[in-house]
Formats: sequence, C-alpha cells, structure tokens
Amino acid sequence: MSLRVGSAGVAMLVLALPFASFLLLALVRPLRRSAVAAATVSITAMVAAVGAAFWLSWHAGRRVPLQSPSTTWSWIPADGGPMATVGVMVDEISMAMAMLITFVSLMVQIYSWAYLHDEPRASLGRYYAYHSLFAFSMLGLVLSPTFIQMFVFWELVGLCSYLLIGFWYDRPSAARAAVKAFWITKLGDLGFVAGIVMLWAAAGTFDFWDLFRMANLGTLPHAGLPLIMFLIYLGAVGKSAQFPLHVWLPDAMEGPTPVSALIHAATMVTAGVFLVTRAFPLFLLVPGVLTLIAWVGAFTALLAATMACVETDIKRVLAYSTVSQLGYMMAAAGAEAPGAGFNHLLTHGVFKALLFLGAGIVIHVFHTNDIFRMGSLRGLPWLWGPFVIATLALAGVPPLPGFFTKEAILGGVLEARLMVPFAMLALTAFLTAFYMFRVVFLAFFGRGPGDAPAHHHVPGLMSGVCWTLAALSVATGVAMARQVLRSGHHDGAPAWLPAFSLALAGGGIVLAWAMYQRPLIDPARVAGALAPLDWAARRRYGIDAVFTGLYRFVLLAFSRLIGWLDRYVVDGVLNALSALTLRAGDRLRRIQSGLPQDYVYGVALGALVLFVLAQWRLR
Amino acid sequence: MPLSAYLTLAALVFAIGLFGVLTRRNAVGILLGIELMLNAVNINLVAFARFAGDLAGVIFALFTIAITVAEVAVGLAIVIVIFRVRRTVEADHLDLLRG
Repeated sequence: MSLRVGSAGVAMLVLALPFASFLLLALVRPLRRSAVAAATVSITAMVAAVGAAFWLSWHAGRRVPLQSPSTTWSWIPADGGPMATVGVMVDEISMAMAMLITFVSLMVQIYSWAYLHDEPRASLGRYYAYHSLFAFSMLGLVLSPTFIQMFVFWELVGLCSYLLIGFWYDRPSAARAAVKAFWITKLGDLGFVAGIVMLWAAAGTFDFWDLFRMANLGTLPHAGLPLIMFLIYLGAVGKSAQFPLHVWLPDAMEGPTPVSALIHAATMVTAGVFLVTRAFPLFLLVPGVLTLIAWVGAFTALLAATMACVETDIKRVLAYSTVSQLGYMMAAAGAEAPGAGFNHLLTHGVFKALLFLGAGIVIHVFHTNDIFRMGSLRGLPWLWGPFVIATLALAGVPPLPGFFTKEAILGGVLEARLMVPFAMLALTAFLTAFYMFRVVFLAFFGRGPGDAPAHHHVPGLMSGVCWTLAALSVATGVAMARQVLRSGHHDGAPAWLPAFSLALAGGGIVLAWAMYQRPLIDPARVAGALAPLDWAARRRYGIDAVFTGLYRFVLLAFSRLIGWLDRYVVDGVLNALSALTLRAGDRLRRIQSGLPQDYVYGVALGALVLFVLAQWRLR
Repeated sequence: MPLSAYLTLAALVFAIGLFGVLTRRNAVGILLGIELMLNAVNINLVAFARFAGDLAGVIFALFTIAITVAEVAVGLAIVIVIFRVRRTVEADHLDLLRG
C-alpha cells in the first residue's frame, strides 16, 4: 500500500513540476522577459520531471492485477458518492507515455534554445511558458483516471497547440493555421464530450477503472454503446488527424520546428491513439466501431502517404508522414492489437521528433523549407546522420524500432482478417520508404542550388540533441531485435511477414534512389503516367477545399443569417418599442402647457365631470 | 331669508371668482378671483352654521380667513418676484413649466 501511495505521489510530482514552472513563468514578469532565466526554469523542471517519470516506472514494479491503479480524490461531491473525481492513474501505458513526454519535451526544449536563439527575449520566455504548460497538460492527459479529467487536459493540450502554432502570430498564415487547428480539432471534441456525458448517463461513472470492471463483468448497458464509443472515437479522429479531420496537421507546420517535433509529431497528436488504447476494454464491446477505426486508420495512412509523395515542403512531408503513421496506430487498435499500435506510438514518438529536429537543422542551414532548394550536405555526416537513422527507422529497416512495431501492426491487422486495410497498410509502408528517401536524397545528398553549408554554423546543442535521440532510437531497436531473436518469432503472424515488410521498405528506398539520386527513372514521366492521381494529390484530394467551402458557404452563411436575425428582428423589436415610447411621450408632452389657467380649466372640468357623474349615479 | 338664498349667493360669488381666475390675464386679477371663490366658501360655511345652530362652521370660516390672508401675502410676494425677474405679470407669458 505504501508503494502505491508513493507512486501516486511521484506521479503528482511529475505533474506538478512543469505546472510550477509554467506558473513561475506566467506570473513572474522579469523571469519571463529574460529568456535565459525562463529557459533555465523550464528545462530544470523538465529534467526533474524526467527523473521522476523514470523513477516511477523503475520503482512501480508489478502491480496487483485486480487492484485499481488509480488514486483519486472527489471533485464534484454528490449524494451517494462523488459525481466526478480527479487523481492519477499509474499503469504501464501511462508510465510509458509519461517517460516519452517528459524525455521528448526535455530534448525539444534544449534544442529550442539553440534553434530559436535569434528570437526576441520576451518571445522566448513566452515560448518556454507555453512549453511548460503543454508538458503539464499532456502529462495530465495520460495520467487521468477518469474521462472527465482527461477531457479537461485534452482541451488544455489543444489550447497549447493553438498557442504554439500561432507563436509567430504576426504571420497571417500562422494565425490562420492556429485557428484552423483549433476549430477542426474542436469538431471532433464535440463528439468526445457528448460521448463522455452519454457514457456517464448510461454507466453512472467517469472512472476508467470502474468502467473496465463493469465491461468485464458485463454490467455495462449495451444499448447505445456503439454510438457512445463512436462519439468518443470522434475526439480521437480530430486530435490524431484521422481522415477526414486530418487537414489541420499539415497546416500546423506553420509553428516553429521544435513545436512541430514535440506537439505535432511525438506527443499531442498521439493523444487520440492513447485514448483508444486507454479505453480499449470499452471499445472491445463494440466490434463495429473497431472495424471502422481500422478501416479509417488504414485509409488515412494510405491517403496521407500519397500526399507526402508530391509535397515539396520538408515539414509538410513529415506532417503527412505523421498523419500516415497515426493511421497505422489507429488501424492496429481497430484490429484489436492496441499493444502493437501503442508500441509504434512510443518508437514513432522518438524517431519522428528526431526527424523534425533533423529537418530543423537543414532548414537552419538553407533557410528554406523547399526540398528542391536544399542539398549537398554529403560531406557533413554529423548533420545528416541522425536524420537518416530516423528515416531508416520510419521506413522500417531492421534493427531499428520502426521495423518491429510496424511489422507487429501488419501482423495484427492480418490476424484480424482485415484484408483490404492490410493491403492499404502494406502499400503505405512501401510509399513511406519512398517519400522519406525522396526527402533524404533531395535535401541531404541532392545537387540543389543550396549554398555551401560550410559557412553555416550549426549549434552543437542542436546536433547533440539529435544524436541523443538517434542513439535512443538505435538502442530501442537493438533491444527489440534481441528480444525477438531470443523469444523467436512471435505467434500469430505468418513467417513471411518480416521478409515482406522488409521487401516493401527496400522497394521504396530503391525506387527513391532510382528516381532522385541516380536519374534512372525520370520523376516527371512517373508523374505523367499517374497524372490523375498526381493532380489530385497535389490538390490534397480537395478535402481542404471541402472544409473551406463548408466554412465559407455553410458556417459563414449561417452566421450571416443569425446576424441578420439579431440585427433586424431582435434589435428591431426593441428599437420599435423604444421609438413608440418616444413618439407617445412627445405627443403627451403637449398637454403640459405650463399656463396656470389651463390647469384651472382642467380642474374645473374635472370637478364638473365628477359632479355630473355623482348626480347621474344618485338618480 | 331661507338657506337657499345664501347658497345661491355663494354659488354666484364662486362662479364670478372662477370666471375671473379663468379669464383674467393679470396675475393679480387671478389672485382676486381666488379670493372671491374662498369667500363664497366662507358664506356657505357661515350660512350652514347659522341654520344648523352649530358654531363649528363659523370657526372653520375664521380659519379660512386667516389662511386666505397668508395665501394672499405669499401669492403677492411671488407675483412681485416674478415681475422683478420677468418684467411682466401676464399669465400667458408665465409658461416655464411647459412640457
């Protein structure tokens, strides 16, 4: 018992450290205005949080299976037990997420110091305040023991995402992207909150552990559950950029690159996958919704991969790749293999953050995001090394972690007999290797018109962070490889699967090499052969246009209608009433002539009328 | 003389006073009209007192006379002040309270 209380305390500490840093930076103005102090406070808090998170997972040990991992306090008291509770839930997935979040946050905060060094001091203070708030919110999200607390933090991370996408708020495109991200994710969140409330109405609790127990005992009312779980899944669709709500993520790249690495690749966008993983015992009760999740996930993966193949902005390629990989994770969850999806989330979090930070280095060197205007970094392995390692990991080349987790997902989908999603995911794996190596060959080894990079100094802090993440990725991959070799092939998946996924990755790499490194195949001819697809992918399949149209012709038209009603009907009634009062007052004013004799006439007339009336009544 | 004669006299005096109040344009004339109306009331009170054999009416009349004196004093003072400010006591021109 003491250990459990202890671990809850440490979890609270993990949560409190970034929050304290945020409060300090937000409330103490001189601290925020001085960038060095702000960065020091924020990074120190993150170092301590990393320590606490790792201590937690090291010492938590094996928990008792039937005992609740949550420690809660009552929040909204009501008759017969509290209506809502708050607390922390310390189990395997929340601890793994806490480690990932704190570690990547720390790396990104250190990297940001070098990357954003030319920013004004005060902006940097604001930046670190937002980062601390984000770390707090994200940790609160993963440690939530109840749906309602999760929702609160879910919205908080959305807010941080908005603030950080719009960090350069004087750029109109960044401001627009921030608003777009906020609105599109809110669209999904509407479903999420409705689902939570309906689930509460059906089950009477927000608590995950209570809900899981009810699900296991079969006491959860089944009527309406598919709709509830679908609505909750909608929240994940918005946050994890699943089709059709994926449009905000590529635009979110308007934020600073380290922000993209942390929030829009490694942590926040995986919140949707985390939600499905967390609530998986509930999703298991609704196989229809699970199948939908798998199909949507696989479709998203393929759609985003095709768009990544034609994109020329390095960060947007990575953004589409993130959408695609999130689709992968969702497909795994939908195929009843949430563990595989969650493992992919963790490894992807590390190497995708690394990809963004590595992209930050080339952007820093060439001062452009366009991969066709980069190139010729061939002689500088300490700059391209981490990016290439991460690319290999994403493409799925052993012994890097992406290979194992992706293969596990493919195996899980195959096991669930979802043949079409499997084919889509396999094609995606091929495309992933292709578009990632297209970026590598063009941006790092190309012969683009980029300046000679020798003149550019890349801060050691930036490459140091990249190499740390690369080393972590390799170490994870090697550990996974050793485990696979020791335990032999895991059951369920067919024996040809590893070779198949390796062939997909290799095929993609070779194709990219042939098209962009050795001009054996002319990219223009391939584009010509696939002209309709190329045309559609370059226009993002019109999905952005659909949203713009919805916004402009439905939402704005509706707003105008409401505005007209307000202006002319609601205001009109009040204006008419006041005008009537004014007019009547103006007329009645005239009887006050101010002449005393007129009043005497009035009195005499009144007396006469009274006299006549009295006479008439007496008769 | 019967009571009705007194009452008729009072009604005549009251009507003459009211006519004066309504038609005179001079503020002093209006005040005179009011005096006539009050004295008509006094005639009524005294006549009823005489015929009912009750002194209460007479006492009322005495009070009315005292109050009338005060009223005339105040009224004339107001008229004088108005004349000083406006240089006129024509009732048609005293319409400061017009809405």
